[in-house]
Amino acid sequence: MCKKEELVLKDREGLSYTMSITKTIFSGFGGQGVLMMGYVLATAGMQEDKHVTYLPSYGAEVRGGTANCTITVSDDPIASPVASFPDFAVLMNTPSLMRFEGKVITGGTVFLNSDMVELRPKRGDVEVVAIPVNTIAERLGNARGANMVMIGALAQKTGLVSLDSVIKSIKEIFATKGAKVHEMNTLAIKEGAAFVEEQSSS
Amino acid sequence: MIKQVFKRPDALKDNIFHYCPGCGHSVIHRLVAEVIDELGIRGKTVGVPPAGCAVLAYNYLDVDMGEAPHGRAVAVATGIKRCRPDLVVFTYQGDGDIAAIGTAETVHAANRGERLTVIFVNNGCYGMTGGQMAPTTLLGQTTTTTPGGRIQLRDGFPVDLSQMLAVAGGSVYIERTAVTSPKNIIKTKKALKKAFKVQMDDLGFSLVEILSACPTNWKLSSVDSCKRIEDEVIKQYPLMVIKDTTGTHSGADEGA
Amino acid sequence: MGKKRLMRGSHVIAEAATLAGCRFYAGYPITPQNELPEYLSGRFAKLEDATFIQAESELAAINMVMGASMTGVRAMTSSSSPGISLKQEGISYMAGMELPAVVANIMRGGPGLGNIAPSQQDYFQATRGGGHGDYRTIVLAPHSGQELVTLTMKAFDLADTYRTPVILLGDGLMGQMMEPVTFPEPIEPSALPKKEWTLDGAMERDSRLICSLRLDPFKMEQHNWKLARKYAAICERETEHESYLLDDAVVAVVAFGTAARIAKGAVNRVRKEGLKAGLFRPITLWPFPENEIRALTRSVKHILVFEMNFGQMVEDVRLSVGEKATVHFHGRPGGIISTPHEIADAITRLVYRHELC
Repeated sequence: MCKKEELVLKDREGLSYTMSITKTIFSGFGGQGVLMMGYVLATAGMQEDKHVTYLPSYGAEVRGGTANCTITVSDDPIASPVASFPDFAVLMNTPSLMRFEGKVITGGTVFLNSDMVELRPKRGDVEVVAIPVNTIAERLGNARGANMVMIGALAQKTGLVSLDSVIKSIKEIFATKGAKVHEMNTLAIKEGAAFVEEQSSS
Repeated sequence: MIKQVFKRPDALKDNIFHYCPGCGHSVIHRLVAEVIDELGIRGKTVGVPPAGCAVLAYNYLDVDMGEAPHGRAVAVATGIKRCRPDLVVFTYQGDGDIAAIGTAETVHAANRGERLTVIFVNNGCYGMTGGQMAPTTLLGQTTTTTPGGRIQLRDGFPVDLSQMLAVAGGSVYIERTAVTSPKNIIKTKKALKKAFKVQMDDLGFSLVEILSACPTNWKLSSVDSCKRIEDEVIKQYPLMVIKDTTGTHSGADEGA
Repeated sequence: MGKKRLMRGSHVIAEAATLAGCRFYAGYPITPQNELPEYLSGRFAKLEDATFIQAESELAAINMVMGASMTGVRAMTSSSSPGISLKQEGISYMAGMELPAVVANIMRGGPGLGNIAPSQQDYFQATRGGGHGDYRTIVLAPHSGQELVTLTMKAFDLADTYRTPVILLGDGLMGQMMEPVTFPEPIEPSALPKKEWTLDGAMERDSRLICSLRLDPFKMEQHNWKLARKYAAICERETEHESYLLDDAVVAVVAFGTAARIAKGAVNRVRKEGLKAGLFRPITLWPFPENEIRALTRSVKHILVFEMNFGQMVEDVRLSVGEKATVHFHGRPGGIISTPHEIADAITRLVYRHELC
């Protein structure tokens, strides 16, 4: 897992800045739970008393086609909720990779749903974390929980928010869905985290 | 002892009507005032006058009044009534106001069954602006914008708004009357009273369409104007109860 | 203040309106503000004294608000640009009748049907009155979730205080973005100051009239001057703005709403490079903080106006500063959301071109 102080990045103009503010883009087909991932991250950030913004794409785009949202998590008040160059991109399908791969900041990380995306980023200046989130979710008997696997992986890898906060957030967000659903989703989040942990230690 | 048999209604201010000789507005204003008096609702009535000659109705009717933009009277009245269901709210509208520029508002207010009473004065022309063609102008009728007479191919047919509103689910009572003779005036007053009562009984939308003369723009004498209504206008717009479902309505829960 | 809640901007407006004692809403669907009436329809259903109407048109909606306002109830409507154009009839009448109301405009790209992306193209329409006749409306431009709470509630207070329509001018981004917000305690309508001019039946008092018609030009003129005096009082008392890093600045960016948010990010960026830039953010667009901008020119000789249109507020900035500073403009119309990077670039170019460092 990356430590925060290690994340001194350079953007394209070579300006370096510390990561007290991070921007993450989530993108995929409608129905992949993309907006929900963003909402979970923003809620978890809020629970840690961080400043957060959640900016969805909306309108025609929301209805049927691709969906994306930008989440900013910051220790200080957030000036702009818009990402010039996101630090992290969570890309759940191939069109999303094509659209956002070029935007990620140098030194940033791309999280790919490797069950849906065969291509890999052409650039060498970003880290790529490929996770078969559908396969993992199906193995857990929670086929609709692929986004939960991904958010677990994201939290574990980036340290943006703690796994505990993510789990606490989904408990609140899915409060009406009962203990069983919460248990399944918690498991999916932990499996996602375990997957990236295993990858980085191997 | 002297018994008073005729007086100015309390709901009518002591002002001289500015309307042209023979115009129906003065008579209709008085009827509205009499009905408000008889129902004892002067202290809880709010009226909404339209744009047009009757915009100055507030100079005569001694009740709270709130002006509306042209055509929007029932929308304004809806806002008032929904916030204060205890008030009795009426609109007073001409044919251009209700059946041209305000058609949408009127149809939808009737459809929602707004507890409003609409007084619709049909004189077949735009009186205040100088007698242009109205939606209710008869075929062949000459106006300042139909110099050779209204032609169906160019100008469309006379609109029968009352019939259109009758098919709306929320309308309860719609009657067409005229103010051309003592008999018709008495009938008009009865219709107005019933329309207010429909609202007070929380039954739904009520409307009285009143055929009224515009001698100035028709370029006829007062007497000839009344004769024209009875001979020609009534053929297009027959005097009748167009809809009355008051007997079948149980009140507020209707249509819920 | 209650617990922090992560909420969408249009929901925040709806909730804040309810807490401000708003009890009447009429509106018509249009993207990107549909979440506001959707939220409010559910919220009002739980209140016994509140009315929500999905009207048959924007015209009907604003006129229903007019009627509601005549009874003294705090009333609002909302829409997006094309719908606000339709509402101008009612807004003009309400200005003339001196009726309070709050109108939220979640702006989108235009002209015409345009698109549904965030835009600031209705600045002129909002700040110049918008409809026919000689009048102004107070215009508030929030730039964050929390400010949506405070400015929505303030809008109702201003509307009642001055008996005038108030425009809450947001855009698609403000409406859709979620941020944590906290809400104050609700204001009960019964606790609001009693209005002595409402239509509620002439019971044991003279009948009242609310109208905008004044056929006699002398009476109309008197009424116009009365409105003018009211507007002058508003200008004197109600101007609001935010200064950000302006103390030592050599360049000031002037931007409102979402654009200001992006500009703040840009200012932060160029500050890291040592460029002395700051942000001036008008919070009231009418009245415009012209004196405050003029005061800025004592230290700042270059002003960069950034708007999500091709140049509207820039005219007010130019009028404010006259010859005392050079006013530059950077705009993106059509629903483009600029990145902080783009604005930082514009600031940097300006600084180097004019040798300000």
